[in-house]
Amino acid sequence: MASQLSSIETLANQEYKWGFITDIEADTVPAGLNEDIIRLISARKNEPEFMLEWRLKAYRHWLTMEEPTWANIHYPPINYQEIIYYSAPKTNKDRPKSLDEVDPELLQTYEKLGIPLHEREALAGVAVDAVFDSVSVATTFKGKLSELGIIFCSFSEAVRDHPQLVKKYLGSVVPPSDNFFAALNAAVFTDGSFCYIPKGVRCPMELSTYFRINAKDTGQFERTLIVAEDGAHVSYLEGCTAPVRDENQLHAAVVELVALNNATIKYSTVQNWYPGDKEGKGGIYNFVTKRGKCLGANSKISWTQVETGSAITWKYPSCLLMGDNSVGEFYSVALTNNYQQADTGTKMIHMGRNTRSTIVSKGISAGRGQNTYRGAVKILKGAEGARNYSQCDSMLLGDKCGAHTFPYLEVKNTSSSVEHEASTSKIGEDQIFYCRQRGISTEDAVGMIVNGFCKEVFRELPMEFAVEAQKLLGVSLEGSVG
Amino acid sequence: MMAAATSELQEIRRRAAESFETRGYPTKRDEEWKYTSVSAIAKAQFPAEAPSLTGNSLRTALEQHPGLIEEHLGRYASSEENAFVALNTAHFEDGAFLHVPRNTVVEEPVWIDYTAVPDRTTHPRNLIVVGANSQVRIVERYRGSGRYFTNAVTEIVAGENSVVEHVKLEEESAQSFHVATIQVHQARNSNFKSHNISFGGLLVRNDVNAVLSTGCEGTLNGLYLATGKQHIDNHTALDHAAPHAASHELYKGILDGISTGVFNGKIYVRKDAQKTDAKQTNKNLVLSPGATINTKPELQILADDVRCTHGATVGQLDEEALFYLRARGIGEIEARDVLIYAFARDVIERIGIPEIREYLEKALFERLVFSRQSSGGAL
Repeated sequence: MASQLSSIETLANQEYKWGFITDIEADTVPAGLNEDIIRLISARKNEPEFMLEWRLKAYRHWLTMEEPTWANIHYPPINYQEIIYYSAPKTNKDRPKSLDEVDPELLQTYEKLGIPLHEREALAGVAVDAVFDSVSVATTFKGKLSELGIIFCSFSEAVRDHPQLVKKYLGSVVPPSDNFFAALNAAVFTDGSFCYIPKGVRCPMELSTYFRINAKDTGQFERTLIVAEDGAHVSYLEGCTAPVRDENQLHAAVVELVALNNATIKYSTVQNWYPGDKEGKGGIYNFVTKRGKCLGANSKISWTQVETGSAITWKYPSCLLMGDNSVGEFYSVALTNNYQQADTGTKMIHMGRNTRSTIVSKGISAGRGQNTYRGAVKILKGAEGARNYSQCDSMLLGDKCGAHTFPYLEVKNTSSSVEHEASTSKIGEDQIFYCRQRGISTEDAVGMIVNGFCKEVFRELPMEFAVEAQKLLGVSLEGSVG
Repeated sequence: MMAAATSELQEIRRRAAESFETRGYPTKRDEEWKYTSVSAIAKAQFPAEAPSLTGNSLRTALEQHPGLIEEHLGRYASSEENAFVALNTAHFEDGAFLHVPRNTVVEEPVWIDYTAVPDRTTHPRNLIVVGANSQVRIVERYRGSGRYFTNAVTEIVAGENSVVEHVKLEEESAQSFHVATIQVHQARNSNFKSHNISFGGLLVRNDVNAVLSTGCEGTLNGLYLATGKQHIDNHTALDHAAPHAASHELYKGILDGISTGVFNGKIYVRKDAQKTDAKQTNKNLVLSPGATINTKPELQILADDVRCTHGATVGQLDEEALFYLRARGIGEIEARDVLIYAFARDVIERIGIPEIREYLEKALFERLVFSRQSSGGAL
């Protein structure tokens, strides 16, 4: 890809310009974490002074923090000095030359999901020189967006081209001191997405990293910032249904959303990173901090997530409902199979008057998977007339898996009303029997029933995502029945 | 200390003392005590004294049938998990003991009545052992005057096929501290019901835990009324340790003034506890703008063939229901009283002892009227 190559070139030139002399390869830094590494990352990325200061402050704070242990997940201790914190986008020579060199199991999955051939190549990280459809689509899209004044670019570009905006909003929702992984991310994040929707603009299309060609290889510490000005409206898609080839084990991303008066942000995630093999070896640790701030009156932030991948998923997309009449929503499907673990949920903090929130969470456990819903609903003193409705349902497939629910409801205002409901169930033998009678195989029947169970969440997904998500559940559940 | 305590019991008490010594009082950093600070109790340091009670004395019983007590006392309530249980186990001097032999139906409810005196700490320790195929109803009541600290532990063993109903009435004085643990062990096919009613006390914490065996039915009901600066914390745990057990739980709270209510309900379904049917409900009625409620219903499920649900709500009196009553010529104050009463009655009417039901209904109405006269609040 031309733009990628040229950005590598620029990076290389910059190194010399800033006078860094290191005896290592041009596009990686040594493993480990210290202030020099952070300075190096910042310099490589040609960042302004304030960013470096911000990173160092975060790093110094991180040093004083302890890794949290309260989550209902288990993993061997992570050695933070063994991780390589910066590597520039891969050159074509490191990638598989063609699909023939790619893991056949991965290809089978693509086949089942019905992914077009050239997209498979991109997903598997095959070096593609030819400009294929989606790239040209991306360019057309970019033109359209800039006409409307929408800024949609990589984080590095944003730091370079819109430092004022970045300075104003970076860390305003998830401050670097927020938690252990957010601090780590703030210190070492390499790239991510930045999106700014100006006043009164309704983004004409679903924004997706998939269309931002330079989004590839943003590394394990990603940072996303979306700002919707007064009356703006945007729908953002993250991830994709196909399993993504990735060597990094720890992913500690941060996502910040800011919605001003009357603005709406819809953030949809489909996460299907490598979950490890059937014995639970390998797999991605997905420790993410996602938070949205409904700063303005009548603003709305809606999170939708389908989490089927990763060995461990640990994330709580949250909403700070500060503006009066603001609305927070959280729709989630989390599926754990084999040895996967998920501890996920949301936090709805009601501060403004007449704020409303809805939580719908569906957890499916199969194999030896452990699925935890952990959510907090806080109604603070000033949140007159606040309302919350939460529902979290779990489904268990097999007798070796587990489902756990930990909802925290804290109410400090009497004019508010809070409801929480949870249930756990399994697929009834009578349901399977009914399907089998009608010639539907057990596996398909389970797929159908599970999809029905998740329907309330899938309904919230953008159309094309919803279709893929259904197929994805089927594929992820394979081997868990009969 | 009890003179007749056998060596094994002495060992349990020594370990409990040690456990408390090393860990001390819990703090808000402990997840189990996240919403309840006990620093006021730790600071008060009232001297300990033997509790004054009506009922069969545990101390006397220990002299008469040491074997029976030795078999059960201190075997169920865990000193390791709860610092106040450790404190009680280490320092209790007396309490009530009830043993119902096999195949016996006790017609009249058994009363255990505690009256606390000011500026003292008491550690009432109750042991209730119900034999197979027996039936009994028990009322445990706590009252007192002035400032004091009651730290009670009740261990209940429900034998095979037994039917046990337990009512705890907490009517402590307005300045008192009350911490209590009820630990229930249910043998095969037993049926246990708990009604945990909290009216008084400045700082109250109840832990009601039941472990269910195969074919058991367990019911945990509760009602808490808090006004003024009261803080009432109820923690419950239903441990489905074996298959084919059912549990029902209903806790209701009414909060007025600047009171705080805490509810935490846990349902564990162990790996082999298939065919479990568990239902848990927590409903809270918040009457004043200064009141706070923290509720945390938890499910931890490790078996697949189960039906588990929980629900929690926090809300106010239904405006439409109020309007309905007022449209029929009922004054606003009376209409509110009727709705509050109806909300609480749901728990009270589940109690299987008619005289307790009547007593509680009256007590509830008195509290409504009294609270309005003294503070302008509805409770």
